[in-house]
Parts: sequence; C-alpha cells; structure tokens
Amino acid sequence: MLELAIKGGKKYWILIIGLLAVMGIAFGFWLWQLSFGLGITGMSRDVSWGFYIAQFTFLVGVAAGGVMVVLPYYLHDYKAFGRITILGEFLAIASVIMCLMFIIADLGQPMRALNVLLYPTPGSVLFWDMIVLNVYLLLNIIVGWNVIEAERNNIKYPGWIKALAIFSIVWAPLIHTVTAYLYCGLPGRGFWLTAILAPRFLASAFAAGPALLILLCLIIRRVTKFDPGKEQIQSLAKIVTYAIIINVFFFLCEIFVVFYSRIPSHMDHIKYLFFGLHGHNALVPWMWTSMAFMVTSIILLVNPITRKNEAVLAFACVILFIGTWIDKGMGMISGGFVPNPLHHVVEYAPTIPEIIITLGVWATGFFVLTILFKIAISVKEEVSGV
Amino acid sequence: MKNSRRSFLKLAGISALGLGTKPVLNAFASGGHSEKHEAEIQKNPDALKAKRWAMVIDTRKFESEEDFEPIIEACNKIHNIPKHTNKRHEIYWIWVDEFKHVFINQEHEFVDDRVKHLPFLVLCNHCEKPACVRACPTKATFKREDGIVLMDFHRCIGCRFCMAACPYGSRSFNFRDPRPFIKEENKEFPTRMKGVVEKCNFCAERLAVGKTPACAEASNGAIVVGDLHDPESEVRELLKNNYTIRRKPDLGAGPAIYYIV
Repeated sequence: MLELAIKGGKKYWILIIGLLAVMGIAFGFWLWQLSFGLGITGMSRDVSWGFYIAQFTFLVGVAAGGVMVVLPYYLHDYKAFGRITILGEFLAIASVIMCLMFIIADLGQPMRALNVLLYPTPGSVLFWDMIVLNVYLLLNIIVGWNVIEAERNNIKYPGWIKALAIFSIVWAPLIHTVTAYLYCGLPGRGFWLTAILAPRFLASAFAAGPALLILLCLIIRRVTKFDPGKEQIQSLAKIVTYAIIINVFFFLCEIFVVFYSRIPSHMDHIKYLFFGLHGHNALVPWMWTSMAFMVTSIILLVNPITRKNEAVLAFACVILFIGTWIDKGMGMISGGFVPNPLHHVVEYAPTIPEIIITLGVWATGFFVLTILFKIAISVKEEVSGV
Repeated sequence: MKNSRRSFLKLAGISALGLGTKPVLNAFASGGHSEKHEAEIQKNPDALKAKRWAMVIDTRKFESEEDFEPIIEACNKIHNIPKHTNKRHEIYWIWVDEFKHVFINQEHEFVDDRVKHLPFLVLCNHCEKPACVRACPTKATFKREDGIVLMDFHRCIGCRFCMAACPYGSRSFNFRDPRPFIKEENKEFPTRMKGVVEKCNFCAERLAVGKTPACAEASNGAIVVGDLHDPESEVRELLKNNYTIRRKPDLGAGPAIYYIV
C-alpha cells in the first residue's frame, strides 16, 4: 500500500517537500545541540525541563485522544465512526512518534537512551512510560495497517484485529495516566502533586485529540474526494464538548483546593502562572489567553446552533487546540518548576534553536500523518470508485 | 522464495525482540537478589566507614559570607566543578542561601537578625528515601549501603528526572562541556562530560582513603560528619546536646544533613 504515498498531485508534493525542508533545517539545529549540549536551549538547573517535555506531554494527550473515535465503533458498535477510525489510529501513530522524538531531543546523552532497557528500573515511572508509549505505537500500527488493508481488499478485518483494537482502547488512557504519574508523584513540586493531574490530562487529551481530528476531517473533505461525514464530525464535536467542560471543571477543582487551603507551596505556582510572582510574569498573558480560548470554545460548542455550523465549529476547535496547548504545552511544565525548590523565581523561555528543533519534530509528525492519511484516503477513494 | 524471505523476517523479528527484552525480563526474574559477585573488591584498610553517614552543620560558628568561601572553594577545586559564565549553565555541589530559602516552611517574619541575615550552607541531603534514586530510569543515581547517594556519570542518560524529583534543588546538569570552565584540573577526580547530571557525593572518594569530606576539613570544626548509627560518634554527640533542624522534614525523605541553629 505504500505505493499510494508516492502517487500524489502537485499540492501533495509541495506539502511533502515543505515539511521535509523544515525537518532538514531542524535536523541541522539538532546536530548543533548534539555537539554543544542542551545549553543552546533556555533550560537551566532551576527549570530543568522545558519546551521539549511540554510538547511531549501535550502530544501524548493527542495520541490518547485518537481513541475517542476508536472506542465508540468497537465497543458500542457505533457504525458511523467505522469510516474514520483509521484516521484516529493514524493520528495516534504520528503523535506517539513525535513524543518519542521529543524525549530523544530532551536527553543530554541520547546515545545512551537504550540504558533504559539495559538497566531496567521498574521503580522509575519513565521506564513504564517508555513501555506504554512503544506498545501503543505498535498496537496502532498493527491495527491501522490491517484495517486499511482489509478495506482495500474488500474483506472484513480478521477477528484478532478487533481484539487488538479493544486492547488499544484500554491502553490509550494508560499512556496519558503514566505520563501524568511522571509528574504527580514527585514530592517537592506542589503544582504537580495532585491526584487530579492524571484525570485532568485525560480530559484535555480527549478534547484536544478529537478537536484536531475534526479539523483534519474538514481539511480532508476539502482537498480529497473522501467525505468523513457530517454525522461523524458532529458526534466528535459532542465528545470534544464534554471533554473540554470536564477539563475546565477539573482545573477549577484544583483552584478551589489550592486557594481555599492556602498552602503556599501549592499556591505559588498558580499565582506565578496567572498573576506573576515577585515581579516575574512572562506566562501571565499566555495563561489568560488559554483560559479565554477554552471558555469561548465551550460557549460555542455547547450551543447546538453554533456547533452545527461547521465554520464556527472549526473556529472553536482551533482555539480549543491552542488553549489546551498553551495550558499543557507551556504552563504545565515550567509552572511546576517556578518557583524552584528554594523558592527562587527563575523564569524560562525557549530559545530560537529550541523552537526550531520543536518545529522540526512537529513537521516530522505532520510528514508521517500526511503520508498515512494519503494512503488511507487513497484506499477509501479506490474502494468507493470515485 | 517469497515464503522463505517472509519466514526469515519473522524469525529475525522475534529474535530481535527476544534480545532486546532479555535484560528487562532478567530484572523481574531476579526478584531483588543481586547477581553473584565474581570479584572481591579490596577495601582500603584506612577507609572511613559508617552504617549511616550524616552531617551536622553548626551554623553558630559562622559569622559572615567570607567564612563559607574556603569551604565552597575546597569542594569546587577537588571535584573539578566548572565556573560557568552563563547563569543558566551553573553547577553547584555546595553553596549558600538565606534562611527563608533554605528552610522555606520554618521561616517567619520575626526570626532573629542573626538567622535572617546569615547564609546557610546547602548541599545534597543524602536522603534516607531519596526521591531522585526512585525516579532515575537507569539506576545511574543510587544509594549506597552507608546512605551516601552517588551518581554514575557514565550511565546517566541526561533525562533530568532526578532533578525534577529532588525536593531540595541539589542537582545540576551539564548543559555544555564543563572542561573549558575548570580553572585548575584535579587529576585525582574525574571531570564530567556534557549532558549528565551531577551533585555532592559526600566526598565518597576521600572517605575511601581515610579522609573526611573536604567541606568538613575546611570548616574549622563547624561541619562534622560521622555515623548516625553509632551512639558514640561525634554527630550523635552533637545531636544529643543541641536542637537541630533539617530541610523540609514533612516530605519524609529523611535528609542526613542536620543544622544547629
């Protein structure tokens, strides 16, 4: 089926070459980082994880979010999603690949990455995160590939594929739960030390992932002959609506506990993010933008009139995606490190090389996604004979 | 032809999977028993030993910033700690900070002037239950039987999970090659490479040849190390006769550095 990826029109090739160019430039910067060290980033001994780990965290969510189209089809026999489960699975593949690349980009000694296997440490959450992410990647590759191959040959996918698909449904929340456990089990970081972290991660994942999927469906309808379907998009929109409301609710639960109890080590991080601390307030405008975007998207999504208007829906999905990205991709990680364990406020901002390497990984993800979607949609066009 | 290639690939795939997961399976199979030791390591008869190392810092013996300089300098020199020009790249093993930063939850508005303005020494706490050791995915940081928490610079992958885990901010990362920033290299102690984490090692290399930690040696008796499990030891004597505090005791990590205030 791979041959379908090299039979494309002019626009397809422009996109592919554009993504390859970004990847190439970023690769050059990564080589620089490899030779100089992580000192070319904005990280420090106080904020020791930055943009890379933040993107990783956000994208684990997008990967897990793909399950929101797989689950209704396989568990509830919701037939309408049968048309688009493959898009969810392929989105998960691209997202997990980005996650793994961000981890590698963040390592000080990436050549030693396999030490995690050579000296396995079951007490470390990172060890488990490596396992759950790689298994999830493998599951989605096997299930996605077999489903689309069966569709091309006009046969039903084999029974064991359904078993694997159901297994992957159980596995999806696991990847984001384990990722949350990386943070929420650490004793000295009040911002992360909360049992609501994993549920919050899942809620924002099940909002951001399907929101991206809606946008991708709308793009696919526009540029290909395959229509993912009006009903499918509306069903996804309802899932997004519930998830984003739950996400904001969980956040408000956290706000209540932290500010009613008034424990400084928990309050100060949130104060820093939303109001600034000791005169440092780099993230304040970002965090309020994030909140405004999430609340606006809720208003637009809850109202059936606006939700059913696909232009408005697209707008709501864009701001929701940006809002959750700021919340998790920027605030969640540096927020946990500021103030530091000695209560000094040392701020963090990504550097230009760091941003370019980040863009390179995103470009790689979209490159993989483009190729996988191209294959899937070519098969669908072939089968429907249009 | 096609069939044999396919079966070859299958076999190769399964073999690769088997090889890759063997160490993982070993870890679970071993069930906590350590592998048998093939070689006996000869210990230096002069080595200083303890069941549980601890340190007592008598802050009453310090008066001003200058009193700390020789202590910090001794450590920096012996351990080849670089002096970076970029603040983001700084490496600390032992340094000073104010009371309100060192003892965050014990600070109050009316704390007496001496404590308020006196710098306090901070270093790795060599915890009883170190969060860093728990977080490390490769056992590159580990706790010795005598309580000292050490780093294997050659195994560390630079993921910095330990830095996020440490509630005391005691760990530093080599954001770039530290060697050009070392004034005078001490050939007795290894320099580090870029991309690995480091921290205070309680002068394990000095204890092994019968010397006390460099900071204690340079402190004119203000810093004392000894065995917490030995009722006759100097640290136990100090703990018995003075009221001491530790950093963030509420976290339950069990720091081994005690402060007489």
